[in-house]
Amino acid sequence: MNAALTLPAASTITLTVNGAAHTTTACTLAQWMVAQGLAGDALATAVNGAFVPRTQRAQRLLAEGDAIVTFQPIEGG
Amino acid sequence: MTTPMTTSPRDWKAGRSAQVKEEPAKRAGDTEQNALPSRLDAPATWQIGGRKLQSRFLLGTAGYPSPAVLQQAIAASGAQVVTVGLRRQLAAGAPASADGDFFGIIKSTGAHLLPNTAGCRTAREAITLAQMARELFDTPWIKLEVVGDEHTLQPDPFELVDAARQLVKDGFEVFPYCTDDLVSCQRLLDVGCKILMPWGAPIGSGQGLVNPGALRTLRARLPGVPLIVDAGIGSPADAVQAMELGLDGVLLNTAVAKALNPVRMARAFGLGIQAGRLAFEAGVMAQQDMAVASTPVAGHPILL
Repeated sequence: MNAALTLPAASTITLTVNGAAHTTTACTLAQWMVAQGLAGDALATAVNGAFVPRTQRAQRLLAEGDAIVTFQPIEGG
Repeated sequence: MTTPMTTSPRDWKAGRSAQVKEEPAKRAGDTEQNALPSRLDAPATWQIGGRKLQSRFLLGTAGYPSPAVLQQAIAASGAQVVTVGLRRQLAAGAPASADGDFFGIIKSTGAHLLPNTAGCRTAREAITLAQMARELFDTPWIKLEVVGDEHTLQPDPFELVDAARQLVKDGFEVFPYCTDDLVSCQRLLDVGCKILMPWGAPIGSGQGLVNPGALRTLRARLPGVPLIVDAGIGSPADAVQAMELGLDGVLLNTAVAKALNPVRMARAFGLGIQAGRLAFEAGVMAQQDMAVASTPVAGHPILL
């Protein structure tokens, strides 16, 4: 079941996403990722500097001013 | 021809200069790394981070001319472990497909992935990045990199120990990129690291082993602890030297990626690392101050 169904009606909030301002009506990190068309297993996520595991994204509520960062695999030494 | 070897290198007591007289492990468990090959053309397996490997070469994946060259270099190297990284995405909400083919190629090689925490300056950052890497790459292995100086990219031993302590508690297999300082290495072992990756020289510098004496000390004082020289290797000769010192493996990136022909250089390093390891197992002869005649002519000149 989608945890967001129990949430209040969506309102627009402003987030920082990877350093840039961004508005969304998503209530949770999971909803935001779906809205952005982001594949859940291709990225790692953190909100306000704290890692949010895949399994916690549906529970991670978003609030005005939250900073989301997303990480992707790259080459490395 | 292949001759089965019967003596363990640990039994070698002839006072060879390059041979390290080792003490029983005090800080690490029994991680015997010296099983000899039954046939010289088949390298003995060794263990690192709970995995059995044949190759002692760990290869970085950054900075190659193309993904195809990277793929061929990994194959030519024989490496069974490759390092990967994580990057914060730049554009808000940009899809993660840009490097998708990179990750696909890496996965298709079948090599074990060793994600790094490159770019971290604090334990807190490194821990967060390690958690992300574990999820994204589906491995508990982490090359823990916490840099303390911008010019040398020298590891910060204090932040490193702090991060390692917490990551070990959280179930990670920590491969700490560290300096060659004995006591800070001991501290890393004290907080639960089972592997050490001392630097040979600053990252990407190609200077080789700047301080072989320190590495020799680590080998002598930390027997049984897997030691992988990481960073600063320039030519295969440097890798041979590291292996002859009795280190257990070599991790490098730039020396292959920036070679004129990375694929051939990957092979050169693979062979060098094998040669160095065999030389260590064989026991390098002691240097002599003067000539010692090798042809047995019974000690007198031949007067026809």
